Amino acid sequence: MARFLSVTLGGLSGGMIYAAVALSLVLIWRATRVLNFAQGAMAMFTAYLAYKVLEHGGSYWVALLVALASGLVLGAFVERVLVRPVENGPPLNAVVVTLGVFIVVEGLAGMFFGGTPHRYPTHFSNVNYRVGDVSALAPFDIWVIVSVLVVAVLLGLLFRYTDVGLRMRAAAFEGEVARMLGVRVGRMLTLGWALAAVIGALAAVLVSPNVPLSPTSMDEVFVFGFTGAVIGGLDSPVGAILGGVGLGVLLNYVAAYAGSDLQTLSALAVLVLVLMIKPSGLFSTTATRRV
Amino acid sequence: MAEGAGGLSLEVKDLVTSYGAITALNGVSLSVPAGSITAVLGANGAGKSSLLRSLSGLVRPRSGSVLLDGKEIAGRAPEDVVQLGMSHVPEGRGVIAELTVDDNLRLGGLWRKDKADRSAALEEAYALFPPLDQRRKRLAMTLSGGERQMLALGRALVARPRVLLLDEPSLGLAPRITAQIMGLVRRLCDETGLTVLLVEQNARSALSVADHGVVLNLGSVVASDDPAKLAADDNLRHAYLGF
Ligand SMILES: Nc1ncnc2c1ncn2[C@@H]1O[C@H](COP(=O)(O)OP(=O)(O)OP(=O)(O)O)[C@@H](O)[C@H]1O
Ligand SMILES: [Mg+2]
Repeated sequence: MARFLSVTLGGLSGGMIYAAVALSLVLIWRATRVLNFAQGAMAMFTAYLAYKVLEHGGSYWVALLVALASGLVLGAFVERVLVRPVENGPPLNAVVVTLGVFIVVEGLAGMFFGGTPHRYPTHFSNVNYRVGDVSALAPFDIWVIVSVLVVAVLLGLLFRYTDVGLRMRAAAFEGEVARMLGVRVGRMLTLGWALAAVIGALAAVLVSPNVPLSPTSMDEVFVFGFTGAVIGGLDSPVGAILGGVGLGVLLNYVAAYAGSDLQTLSALAVLVLVLMIKPSGLFSTTATRRV
Repeated sequence: MAEGAGGLSLEVKDLVTSYGAITALNGVSLSVPAGSITAVLGANGAGKSSLLRSLSGLVRPRSGSVLLDGKEIAGRAPEDVVQLGMSHVPEGRGVIAELTVDDNLRLGGLWRKDKADRSAALEEAYALFPPLDQRRKRLAMTLSGGERQMLALGRALVARPRVLLLDEPSLGLAPRITAQIMGLVRRLCDETGLTVLLVEQNARSALSVADHGVVLNLGSVVASDDPAKLAADDNLRHAYLGF
């Protein structure tokens, strides 16, 4: 029982990182109906920039800030310059563009930063707390969970209670109607991508102490985040978070009780199962539109 | 642009709009004096919606001129046109189903700088449509057809427009609700000087409130006259108006 509890809690912080990636994919999907296959690669790139800041003596926090800020810029750039021209075309065009971005960004990272993995420092202790026989959740894990939750809550508040949030929702749901009401829809979509890339950058900084930073280090994280998003429903931010966390815990069970090489396979199994039972995702309330 | 700022005149000259090879408007001209209602009638596919969409910037006219208060606005983007004072309530109403009634309404005035007047306009819309007031937090998708029409109209009014483009407001509504909506449009026009271009297939009810009527057929104006004269013209009625 103690082991089970430890394994469950141990899955939470990994799950929160998948949740962050899932949430960022959902943001982009809701805004532009594009699945951004470059989301992990873009996040990896921002984590490298943060790592450079650390190398030059910057603090953990300054480095984090650099990652988030470069995410903002990168996300906005990719949407405005590369994705915008294909946004209203056949979905396949957007897929090709984001796959292209994925390849280019990973290639550039290899050129600039080399292929050797770097272990990103944690700043927080990695020693688990212990209560009786249960040992889980190091201070670093708490930081991961809290920071992702805070970002998710801030995002929720932004969407629900601010004018710009209302504009973003309107632009995402009904672009043409929003324009007729004076909303600069293009700007809102750019902002959506930018915020999503910020969340991606956070996820990359948080995961890199455990998955050493390399040009391909976010690939698996992306796949798990994507799986979490599909489980929760690509239209549902809350679903994305629950899907990501649920998958994280599940994968920790698999690693603890069956072997970690089975993780990717189990993620795939869960994905297929969910798609068979409820294709729109477990937490999606709205029928899928415009697809 | 406080209340009572009054309407603006709208002048359309030789407007041509096409979708690829399909010509929807074939040189349409009409003029709507400030503070009056012009009804645009015609059968399915006559080009009524295309006319409104060309005016509000949702489609770019191929050629021709649109003068709002004497100022050329043809080809301007929809988000600019609304800020110049012309609001478009689209066919099928364009209510955003996933948003609440309140969010839909607020959205209409969000571009305006004057925050105090924004909320004043919002409350005026609620006062105008009590059913909406009782359903502020409900999702728009749960509204009835009549309530959606109220929401679409209220949302346009929150922008304090000076020209209102209405595309088939009676679509799918019971005659009693249609009469209410038409009456309201007439009242807005009389009380605030709003200018209205009213597209309708329901020719009889549109002509009953309009100051002027225009009949479109295959993208061209085939008649433009006093509403009473249009309604009395049997040939016109049988050929284009269906009553
Ligand atoms: N997006 C579009 N693409 C291609 N053709 C279009 C498009 N929209 C309208 N048309 C065509 O343009 C013509 C005019 O259509 P429009 O919608 O303006 O007519 P309408 O008078 O509003 O008809 P209704 O009363 O049915 O609403 C029609 O022949 C229609 O098929
Ligand atoms: Mg129409």
